[in-house]
Amino acid sequence: MATLTDVIDRPSGESGLWSWITTVDHKRIGVLYGVTAFIFLLLGGIEAGIIRLQLSVPDSTLVSADTFNQMFTMHGTTMIFLVIMPLSASFFNFVIPLAIGARDVAFPRLNAFSYWVFLFGGLLLNASFLTNQAPDAGWFSYANLTEKPFSANQGLDYWALGLQVLGVSSLAAAFNFIVTIVNMRAPGMSLMRMPLFVWMTLVTSILLVLAFPVITVGLIELTFDRNFGTNFFVPEGGGDPILWQHLFWVFGHPEVYILILPAMGIVSEVLPTFSRKPLFGYPVVVFSGVVIGIMGWAVWSHHMFTVGLGPVAVTVFMITTMLIAVPTGVKIFNWIGTLWGGQIDLKTAMLFALGFVALFIVGGLSGVSHAVAPSDNQQQDTYYIVAHIHYVLFGGALFGIFAGVYYWFPKLTGKLFHEGLGKLHFWLYFIGMNVTFFPMHYLGLNGMPRRIYTYASEFGWDGLNLLASLGYLVLFVGTLIFMVNILISLRKEPDAGHDPWDAPGLEWSIASPPPSYNFAKIPEVEGLDHYWIVKRRAAAEGRPVTEPEAYVDPSTIHMPDPSYWPLVTAIGVLVLAAGMLFDTGWDYIRFPIPFIGGIICFIGIIAWANEPPAKEHAGGDHHAEDGHGMAHHPATATAAVMERPAGAAGVTVRLLCSNCGNQLSSSFRFCPYCGGAVESPADPDHQEG
Amino acid sequence: MAHHTEISHHAPEEEHPTTTGINNRKLLMWVFLSSDCLFFGSLIATYMVYRGQSLVGPYPVDIIDVPITTISTFVLLCSSFAMVRALAATNEDRQGAIIFWLLMTAFLGAIFIGFQVYEFNLFKTEGLRIDTNLFGTTFFTLTGFHGAHVTLGIVWLLGLAWVAKKGRVGPKTALDVELAGLYWHFVDIVWIVIFTLLYLIGGFDTGPAGDPSLVPHSITGFLGLI
Repeated sequence: MATLTDVIDRPSGESGLWSWITTVDHKRIGVLYGVTAFIFLLLGGIEAGIIRLQLSVPDSTLVSADTFNQMFTMHGTTMIFLVIMPLSASFFNFVIPLAIGARDVAFPRLNAFSYWVFLFGGLLLNASFLTNQAPDAGWFSYANLTEKPFSANQGLDYWALGLQVLGVSSLAAAFNFIVTIVNMRAPGMSLMRMPLFVWMTLVTSILLVLAFPVITVGLIELTFDRNFGTNFFVPEGGGDPILWQHLFWVFGHPEVYILILPAMGIVSEVLPTFSRKPLFGYPVVVFSGVVIGIMGWAVWSHHMFTVGLGPVAVTVFMITTMLIAVPTGVKIFNWIGTLWGGQIDLKTAMLFALGFVALFIVGGLSGVSHAVAPSDNQQQDTYYIVAHIHYVLFGGALFGIFAGVYYWFPKLTGKLFHEGLGKLHFWLYFIGMNVTFFPMHYLGLNGMPRRIYTYASEFGWDGLNLLASLGYLVLFVGTLIFMVNILISLRKEPDAGHDPWDAPGLEWSIASPPPSYNFAKIPEVEGLDHYWIVKRRAAAEGRPVTEPEAYVDPSTIHMPDPSYWPLVTAIGVLVLAAGMLFDTGWDYIRFPIPFIGGIICFIGIIAWANEPPAKEHAGGDHHAEDGHGMAHHPATATAAVMERPAGAAGVTVRLLCSNCGNQLSSSFRFCPYCGGAVESPADPDHQEG
Repeated sequence: MAHHTEISHHAPEEEHPTTTGINNRKLLMWVFLSSDCLFFGSLIATYMVYRGQSLVGPYPVDIIDVPITTISTFVLLCSSFAMVRALAATNEDRQGAIIFWLLMTAFLGAIFIGFQVYEFNLFKTEGLRIDTNLFGTTFFTLTGFHGAHVTLGIVWLLGLAWVAKKGRVGPKTALDVELAGLYWHFVDIVWIVIFTLLYLIGGFDTGPAGDPSLVPHSITGFLGLI
């Protein structure tokens, strides 16, 4: 392999297709994630459209029952694994290094690898359409419907292998972001000074790391059952289909929080910015998020109340499920508390964040109603559940993500969105979402089961189904408006400036779009809402901040070089997984292609480890990027990383707001009661304990 | 050295400070191992749930040979000792000893894998295949994935030995050896759990005997009982 890396130069160059294919820049990878996931969103949206079109009138024959099964399976799988998770990952990539004052993630090439594996996993899953064998057993694919006798074609193999590949991507990304957040923070950014979005990313990543292995095992067992004749979920062989449900939901419930916590983090950034107040009760919101992350492990069987677990198990899971509503409710109150008395600025991002809070409350309330097992017995497998999941995932997660899109788009591009079109998009989504999904509560309570491909008129479900389908049209138009808005906004001259929202986060102190090195000088973080502190102090001193950090010559800052090998290794992973679809039937090597994939992976990893730096730095300074925070800090900032103000730890200074007179904790840099800035005495610091 | 390798510049003086003072790669390894815990945890849970649920033989008592596997377990434990020596030699920069102990670790691991191959073949001839019954299904899946982890570890150690032969492993790059060691010890510890559960405790299980209704037949029944 030494010869290989001798012969092939490290890629260089900053534009063109190859620069994107070999990029290791977290901002570009964030864009790749975002664009890819948005295309999958359109695909999943088209699948939803076919579902709604089929159900809009009774006794419809538009699609067959088989096609309908494929549509709802691929819609659910796509929206969860190929849209919401990667859209969140897109924000992790773009925002996290900027928000913690780092130049990149801890392992830039691993980050590129995560993206390519995600892309290939999504393509593998959707390749099933090309062979007309799309998976059709629902997004949670309950055994033993998934076993060979009941699902004879390869649809479920595509599904299981596609999710395995996506799992590799999610795990690699989660490892990366845990290390980045724990280890790469700028000096002064203690844990309790991290922006809420960073906190929620950390909790989400920990959930991913611990939850994905469980589904990995479940998928391995399913694949073995289907291909090697094992008996994991086969009752005839003594296996128990319920084991699949347990494995799936032990993963699946933390997964729910993997989907929603990043959106909660985004909303916790957007609401304070547009209320001109710090987040109300920041430590409580952090604590609630962590508690949700922990308790999310103790509620999985509430998906299985009607399976017959016995009264004791059902009661235990009923109680834990009701308890987890408490930290969630606490967060809602904190968000409302943030709005209370704030100077609310209804920009599009703020509208989406408010929409998130409102719709998530609706979804949360229906959630509490099926936390009650007897009531859940009525609701299980009806459209009531469909309504609930769409209120929390569409009204919740997706609204939160769109709040983030509108909030960070000016930072990403230097250009402002068209506000009018943005607001139109919001209202179309808000109205369309409620018109589509609210009637489903009634449909469900009137007994309409989910996953049926048609229904008779006598049931009395026609009107509300037609209404829901009309709502879909509104959402469709809303999505078009959003795309038009993006195209229009991208054609504009940059007009955003570096800080259009007067926002508190570190990322707003640098130019828009951010230079490749992010921060020329790693900032010294002065507190929660660092940039507000800096701006308010500067304004008080009569020299308001109007300019971002000045550009420096990028060649003076060591950044990781682009690389081919993450892509090569990801191709190996794809070949390894997709090769499992080709059963030669030979005696000793039934599956030869995965070996080829393994060899490609091996070559990729060895070359990755032995890769030389790009030609231009090859002679002098040597920087291995992966592993030690690459070219992390310039000499000036490095020395300060671990320094703490002498004697400051543990000091609590009581302050009174000079404006309204309320007592404040030392951690408040702004009065939570009146929003006025607090002049701090000599840096009363509080560190993580 | 014709080219520049990543391995060659993990020198402490080049280490960039991190927020916590823990090296990034070491933290990554610990996070990965925590994830792998859940992976083996799920496989072990599957085995435990299906323990004694096989409808047909052979049952564990018919074919599990505890003494033979005790020997291979002992060999694997010794390999952890060799791994510790390899790291010590790396820190003390004794080049010959580094290569010797890395190869010794890989060699002992390979003996363990040899035992496993022998055991799998023996079981096959005695009539236990992965599709025979639940015992075969869970046994081969769990021990097979553990064997795959050990095999990967052997490849890793051989790679390190190859790099060490070029004189590129020493105190400055001790982290490379330490990370391989973390992985190796983890796989070793997992085997201790597997050996205890599958051989020492589960190795004497017989087929379903007596009144089947007294046996919690499934995880559902198990949860119902608590």
